[in-house]
Amino acid sequence: MPTDTKNSSQPAGRPSSELNVDLIKADFPILEEKVNGHRLVYLDSAASSQKPQEVVHALSQYYRHMHSNIHRGLHTLAERATVAYEKSRQHVADFIGGVEPEEVIFNSGTTEAINLVARTWGEANINEGDEIVVTEMEHHANFVPWFMLAQRKKAVIRKLPITVCGHLDLSEIDSIIGPRTKLVAITHMSNVLGTINPIQEIAALAKKHGALVLGDGAQAAPHLPINVRDLGVDFYAFSAHKMMGPTGLGLLYGRRELLEAMPPYKFGGEMISKVSFDEVTFAELPHKFEAGTPNIADVVTFDAALTYLERVGMNNARQHEIDLTGYTIEKLNSLNGLEIQGPQEVEQRGGAISFTDPTIHPHDISTFLDSRGIAIRAGHHCAQPLMRAMGKVATARASLYIYNDRSDVDALVEALVEMRKYFGL
Amino acid sequence: MSSSLDDMYREIIMDHYRSPRGRAPLPNADVSSDGMNPSCGDEINVAFSMDKDILTDVHVNCKGCAISVASGSMLAETVKGKSFEDVRKISEIVKKMLKGEEVEIPDDPDFEDLSALKGVRQFPVRIKCALLAWVTLVEGMEKYRAGGADSAKAATTEEDQ
Repeated sequence: MPTDTKNSSQPAGRPSSELNVDLIKADFPILEEKVNGHRLVYLDSAASSQKPQEVVHALSQYYRHMHSNIHRGLHTLAERATVAYEKSRQHVADFIGGVEPEEVIFNSGTTEAINLVARTWGEANINEGDEIVVTEMEHHANFVPWFMLAQRKKAVIRKLPITVCGHLDLSEIDSIIGPRTKLVAITHMSNVLGTINPIQEIAALAKKHGALVLGDGAQAAPHLPINVRDLGVDFYAFSAHKMMGPTGLGLLYGRRELLEAMPPYKFGGEMISKVSFDEVTFAELPHKFEAGTPNIADVVTFDAALTYLERVGMNNARQHEIDLTGYTIEKLNSLNGLEIQGPQEVEQRGGAISFTDPTIHPHDISTFLDSRGIAIRAGHHCAQPLMRAMGKVATARASLYIYNDRSDVDALVEALVEMRKYFGL
Repeated sequence: MSSSLDDMYREIIMDHYRSPRGRAPLPNADVSSDGMNPSCGDEINVAFSMDKDILTDVHVNCKGCAISVASGSMLAETVKGKSFEDVRKISEIVKKMLKGEEVEIPDDPDFEDLSALKGVRQFPVRIKCALLAWVTLVEGMEKYRAGGADSAKAATTEEDQ
């Protein structure tokens, strides 16, 4: 089991990380898999993280001991499931900096969380001529919903561009965020470049102009200590499956007064207060936004994922990522001609590391690495505007998490060397 | 250990990838057809000159992965000097072969290299890479038949784009 306890017996010259990655690796049964005859080297956590045994166990325990529908049941199992479901909500609220549980909405993923805001707050508040600011590095999930909303409302999408180094270019920000701005939608950490954006600064500027800020935390929440109040965001969306939790569960934080004023997203059971043929009134937060039977099992299981992350310690996780990202960048830079996209400074980035080879296409890279048991991602990473800005059509992306160590990075680099020989280029 | 990898990246395929045929520009082409798979970023241009029913010269320029480049190179080599009807037959066989459908591969020199593409079948996500050149060519041929020389819309083998 990982602990926060400092390991002072580390030999000199070893990474300063306080994590015992060997122990952490042992918590993830899937890492024992053999892939194409090799040890699995999983470097695709930015797409989805693996799950520790206690999370896998929690899911089966839920079905084994407490499954029932929640909130309206009057029997013992219904009570158990309801308590566990709401306990998980409280846990999420604590995990993101101690917000109120009613400010946490469960849904299916970051994509749905952002769509919820666009469809409710956006429909009610964006009007013709209003401006929505998005960055050039957004995932399609934090771009397309705003693009479609702007089309419906004849609103204007403004772009915060990136620099050649993969940072946001803030030099013109005062002419981009202004009195017409209604919303700034910004990723906390880029899924392609790894860049950590200065959300706090941008939120302060947005606030000055009365604009709201939505943070896409899909990549940041698994890797950084998060405090949404400190960040100054009004909405923050993230996904359980990228942070040790089950698939199919998204989290939306919204400030209470905003959520209260927003119309419901979907209509049906669970989200109503009174229903007659003359009138329908809606339930209080957070149920107003959780129509129908929710994803109870995954919500309950996510509690275990958060417990795991807290036991590791998010500061420790971040420190480990800084160390290992630095090591990875150094190693990749040693390969002649290999080009890393995004910032090189480890303090300003996370462990999603995109790279291109001067001659070998990312899909060939990925196929070759897979034959050596190494899982990475290749393609446009659902960020075509960013790809265009970088002048790339696709990149290969290796992404790190707390169960990765230098041996994984070494395996990657060795395989890349072998790949170049294989392709004879 | 990596037999399926070697099945896909066969020596013939790597040879076509490293030195693709049909790259020479074709300034007086009768037809120019573009193809693109946005999610891979593979881009291809297939151009050809016609004399009656015969493709007298073919130009292929593909920017993409080893499979799409090699497939385009093989196409250039195979279809030059063939009639529309022959090209259509060949491309149907290639498509079926790639999709793993029952098909008899003719025992003629045209298929000596082409049959190396069979290994791609084991990598379902890469089939569309191998198909791109063929779909782009067929689209160009159809345009030509319909009386237009340039296809405005790029062909694609990505169904959900």
